[in-house]
Amino acid sequence: MPDTAIDPADLLPPDEPVHLLDPDGTYHEDPEHPLDLDDAQLRELFSLMVVTRKVDREAINLQRQGQLGVYASCMGQEAAQIGSAYALAGDDWIFPSYRELGAALVRQVDAAGFLHLYRGTWLSDHDPYAHNFGLMSIPIGTQALHATGFAMGARFDDNPIVTMTYFGDGGTSEGDPHEAMTFAGVFKAPVVFFVQNNQYAISVPLARQTAAPTLAHKAVGYGLPGYRVDGNDVLATFAVTRRAVERARQGHGPSMIEAMTYRMEAHTTSDDPTRYRTQEELDEAAKTDPIARMRNFLTRRDLYDDDLEQAIEEQAKSTATAVRAGIYDAPHGDPLELFEHVYVDPTQHFEAQREQLQAELAGATDGEDS
Amino acid sequence: MAVTLAQAINAALADEMEADPKVLMFGEDVGALGGVFRVTDGLQAKFGDTRCFDTPLAESGIVGTAIGLAMYGWRPVAEMQFDGFTYPAFEQIVSHLAKMPNRSRGTVKLPVTIRIPYGGGIGAVEHHSESPETYWAHTAGLKVMTPGTPDDGYSMMREAIRSDDPVILLEPKRRYWMKSDSDLPVTTAPAREAVVRRDGTDVSLFCYGSMVGTALEAADAAADEGWSIEVVDLRSLSPLDTAAMVASLKRTGRAIVVHEAAMTLGMGAEVAARLQEGAFYHLEAPVLRVTGFDTPYPPAKLEEYWLPDVDRILDAVERALSY
Repeated sequence: MPDTAIDPADLLPPDEPVHLLDPDGTYHEDPEHPLDLDDAQLRELFSLMVVTRKVDREAINLQRQGQLGVYASCMGQEAAQIGSAYALAGDDWIFPSYRELGAALVRQVDAAGFLHLYRGTWLSDHDPYAHNFGLMSIPIGTQALHATGFAMGARFDDNPIVTMTYFGDGGTSEGDPHEAMTFAGVFKAPVVFFVQNNQYAISVPLARQTAAPTLAHKAVGYGLPGYRVDGNDVLATFAVTRRAVERARQGHGPSMIEAMTYRMEAHTTSDDPTRYRTQEELDEAAKTDPIARMRNFLTRRDLYDDDLEQAIEEQAKSTATAVRAGIYDAPHGDPLELFEHVYVDPTQHFEAQREQLQAELAGATDGEDS
Repeated sequence: MAVTLAQAINAALADEMEADPKVLMFGEDVGALGGVFRVTDGLQAKFGDTRCFDTPLAESGIVGTAIGLAMYGWRPVAEMQFDGFTYPAFEQIVSHLAKMPNRSRGTVKLPVTIRIPYGGGIGAVEHHSESPETYWAHTAGLKVMTPGTPDDGYSMMREAIRSDDPVILLEPKRRYWMKSDSDLPVTTAPAREAVVRRDGTDVSLFCYGSMVGTALEAADAAADEGWSIEVVDLRSLSPLDTAAMVASLKRTGRAIVVHEAAMTLGMGAEVAARLQEGAFYHLEAPVLRVTGFDTPYPPAKLEEYWLPDVDRILDAVERALSY
């Protein structure tokens, strides 16, 4: 039987995304989305975005130098990722896709380890339990179910944590996020589905992805409120996400947030976006840059000066340098580790294959010696 | 006490849920109904609807949330209602359940069991009689096991739940009502060990799941012809007990593999490859396969023509002995 206590109108997204900051840094009070961030936190949001962009650029450079096989940039999406991840408590969990460098940095995941997946050495060299940050998930939207299951598990355990999962506009066309929202709704799982609508799934624009009025409307069919936010506005993103997270924490169930943003870089370093979008479009998008906007806001509040600029620049540089050091010519790892983690309880046949590789490796060494 | 395979698995679920409060049982219709085959009968009443619960009708959702629940620390047992409905969950099983422990370098453990009633012989409608074991056995990171007796149903179910590796437990649905004299709880050999169900000297019949009963019947019939058949129940399809297979072949010199699944790239191909590699000079005849045909599973009224049976096995025995 449908839940008649829910008024469908309450689930519908607003006509316009929530927006608190203009590009020139003007801040609009919104009583529904109060900001109780102190000056240090406002500065931290900004510095996290700057550091993310710097590391992101470093990753692109490392790919150009042959140090990473490929890389999926988050340039332009820093506010969407950092504003949302910043709204979580330390015990909460994040289940990312593969573009969430910004969210990873909020969680203090070691960026070099994280990027090893793109180097092709190991496949996500961070411990998810150390940072409550799941493994990168490449099959589109599949991680939404892991976030939902984890949140169900927490609820069964009376543990007041919340999970948040990221996917994109393209991800909303896959089946798993829909099954995830169905399960989350039915089990009142404390999960927030955070959609970064960056306008493109590789080359395919939003208009070819859906005929829905907005992506947030998709949540309504599952009994979840669909929120919309200006995803290039880090303050609005923070405020909207925090409301969704606290709502979930208090037992009122899951929700979906559609953050309107723009992927300023190529889909990955293997992509050629000049084949499907114009320079004019990029120039237009650059006017909504999330970092410039937050700098303007801080300047207006007298929270930004040369000293801060220099300090953040140094922090960004040192993080990027550490990433470079952790990636550049990093060893490929022991080939025998291929057999190490497939089974907790390995088998005889499996061991025989391991011995074969061991013998091949020994043979290769002998060859070099002679 | 006479126990059916379905009752044995049900008892194992109840006993393991009793022993470990982290075990969850969920899927479609597993709650109040007790599952379409009643394998989860009474579990919700006994353990409450957090420990045993119905899910929305979405197989990828069932397996994907099982992964999240396992990451949290639960020990999920997920039921796929029928073999032919596991395919929506294929991506979650192959891309995540099987790979995540490896790609996390062992930091993530996924002690998930997926129970799948499989195989034909019950006159079911399309998509309810499939034998998809090759997909799972071909996927690194999964363990695949299938009971051929009620005792194994009980013991394997408990072993699967306790395994820290993900397990696909294939339940031969046409044998759900097969009875044996069992004294539960029972612990049989670990699933990874193949078991000789009947000793013989002329031909080894390798079988598993629903075909164990058929192979034993064929061995009885063959005895009337004066042929001595050894019946080996493989039990685990991944890993395969190569040593036991080779040992049996060395005793008899002739091998026949029997399964319901279609022949091409079925388990028989792997068994044959391992036997010729492990006991080439002991082979008195080519390794033969008695299987379903390389066609889609037929309509119910025609399944008797498709499924391997005693006669098809005896024909193969005769061919093997003619070399």
